Amino acid sequence: MTAHVRIEGLHKSFGSKPALRGVDLAMRGGEVFALLGRNGAGKTTTVRILTTLLRPDSGQVFVAGHDVLRAPDRARSAIGVSGQYAAVDEKLTGFENLYLVARLYGMRRARAADRTRELLARFHLDTVMHNRAGSYSGGMRRRLDLAGALIAEPSLVVLDEPTTGLDPQSRQNTWALVRDLAGKGTTVLLTTQYLEEADQLADRIAVLEDGAVVAEGTADELKRMVGGERIELVLTEARDIPAAEQILAEIGDTVPHVDESARRLELRTESGQIALADVVARLNMRAIPVLDLGLRRATLDDVFLALTEEPAAKEVPA
Amino acid sequence: MTVLSTPTGGLTRIARDAGSLAWRNLLNIRRTPGSLLASIVQPVMFVVLLAYVFGGSLGGPAYREYILAGIFVQTVTFNASFTTIGLANDLQKGLVDRFRALPMSRLAVILGRTSSDLTTSVLSLLVTTVCGLAIGWRIRGSVLDAVAAYLLVLLFAFAMSWVGAYIGLVAPSVEVAQSLGLIWLFPVTFISTNFASVVAMPEPLGSIAAWSPISAVSTSVRHLFGNPAPGGLPQPEGWPAQHAPLYAVLCCIGLIAVFMTLAVHRYRRVASR
Repeated sequence: MTAHVRIEGLHKSFGSKPALRGVDLAMRGGEVFALLGRNGAGKTTTVRILTTLLRPDSGQVFVAGHDVLRAPDRARSAIGVSGQYAAVDEKLTGFENLYLVARLYGMRRARAADRTRELLARFHLDTVMHNRAGSYSGGMRRRLDLAGALIAEPSLVVLDEPTTGLDPQSRQNTWALVRDLAGKGTTVLLTTQYLEEADQLADRIAVLEDGAVVAEGTADELKRMVGGERIELVLTEARDIPAAEQILAEIGDTVPHVDESARRLELRTESGQIALADVVARLNMRAIPVLDLGLRRATLDDVFLALTEEPAAKEVPA
Repeated sequence: MTVLSTPTGGLTRIARDAGSLAWRNLLNIRRTPGSLLASIVQPVMFVVLLAYVFGGSLGGPAYREYILAGIFVQTVTFNASFTTIGLANDLQKGLVDRFRALPMSRLAVILGRTSSDLTTSVLSLLVTTVCGLAIGWRIRGSVLDAVAAYLLVLLFAFAMSWVGAYIGLVAPSVEVAQSLGLIWLFPVTFISTNFASVVAMPEPLGSIAAWSPISAVSTSVRHLFGNPAPGGLPQPEGWPAQHAPLYAVLCCIGLIAVFMTLAVHRYRRVASR
C-alpha cells in the first residue's frame, strides 16, 4: 500500500539548536495519525515543514504523491491546515473570513460562497456569520479556522494541537469532527500533548521526543510495549510504605514505583489477578490498612513516561 | 523569476489573489476608520508646519507654492509606513502563515497590500490638494499635465509601498516595524529638493539630494503643476534635474523591481512570530 504522506530523514536546526534529528513517518490514506509529544519535542516543526511553511535542512516529504519541497503549490492544494492559534481576521465577519480562504484556494465566486455557507452551517456558525470574528469566543474562532482547513476538501487535514485551550464540550465536538473526517476517507494528522486524545482518535501514534520518533504503533501496540498491567495501591498510613514496598517487590517482576507524598505504590505485573490476590493476602497478614487497591491496564501515560523519562531515572527491570 | 513559473503564478491568478486580499484590506480600513486619521492629518500638518514655520523666513508665498510638490511626495512616502505596519500585523496574527499554506501566488499577499494602500495615498493627495489651495498654491499648467503629475506621485507611492513592504517583512515584531517603518522616512524626504535648495547643501548631501528619486519626482511634479522655484532656491543643473520626469519614472520602476524581488524572497522564508 502506498503511503499518503511520507516523511523521510527530516533534519532541522534553529541556529545550533537541533529541532528535528531524523524524523521518518508514513501515513496511510484515510487514517488518523497522532503525533504525540511534549512542548518542544518537534511536533510543530514537523507540521510546519509538512505544510510548506518551513524548509528542512535535509530530508524529503511527499503528500498525495507531490514533493512538498519541490512542488509546494501542488502539495498545498492537497492539504488543509488548522493551527494552534486560530488565524482569523478579527475585522472581517465569519463569512468574509471563510470566503477569502475559499477564493484563495482558487474557487470561483459562486462556488466559494456556496462552500462558505455550507461550512458555516456545519460548524454551527451560520447564525453569527455576519458578525465580526473579533466578537467570537475562542471556541468559535477555532471552528472558523478549522472550517478554513476543510473548505477545499483536502485529502490531508493537519491539525496542530486542535483542542489545546478548549473547554470539554468544544473538545468533544472537535473529536467528533475528526472521526467524521476519517469516516469520509480524509487522512488526518493531529499533534497533541494529550494522551487521551491520541488514544481516543488515532489509528496510529508516533511518540516524538527531542526531535526524533521514539515509538510508533497503534495505541494497543504501544501499551503492550511497556507491558502488562499495573497494581495500584494507596496506603492509609505513610509509615507503612517500606513494608508495602517490600511486599510488592517480592511479588513483581519489576521494582515498584513509589510516590511518597501520595502514599501511592505501583507495580508492573504480567500475572494481574493472581498477583493482586497475593498482594491482598500479604497486606492482610501484616495488617497494613489500605485506602485503595486495584488492577489497571497500562495506559498511554505509562508509555509516555517510560519513553520520555530522563535516562538516569529510567525504570530498571529487576 | 520562479514566482511566475509556478502553477499558481500565472498573471491572472496573481491579479485575482491580490484582488481578493486588497478587498480584505479595504474592508479592514473601512471598519477601522481611525486608521485613516494619520493619512489625513499628516498632509495638513506638513503643509502648516513647512509653509508657515519655515515659509515666513524662506520666501513667503513663493516658497509656499514651491514646497507643495515636495509635500505631495513626502506625504505618499510617509504612507509607506502603513504598508510596513499592515504586513507586520498580519505576520504577528498568524494570517501570513495561513496565506502561505494556501495554494496561492507568493506575490499576491504583498501586491494586495501595496495596491490597497494606494487608496490611502489617493486620500492623502486629496487632502494635500485642498490644503495647498487654501494656502495659495495653484495648478498653473494644463489639465493633462496636472493629471500626469498626480499619476506620477501615485506611481511613486506604489514604489515606496514596496520598500515599506520589505521593511514590514524584515522587522522582527510589530513594535520594531513601527519605529523602523518611520525612521528612514525623515532623512529620505528631507535630503532632497523637496523643501530646500540642493545647491546650498554641503557635500555629499548635495549630490545625494540631487540624485535622490524623491527630488526627481518633486521636481517633475512642480514642473507639471507649473509652480516656479523662487529666486532664493537655486535649482541643481545636473542630468537628473534636466531629465527629471524620465529619471523619476525610471527610479520608480527600478525601486518596484528591486523591492518586489526582495519582498517576495523574504516572504517565502519569513516565519510567524
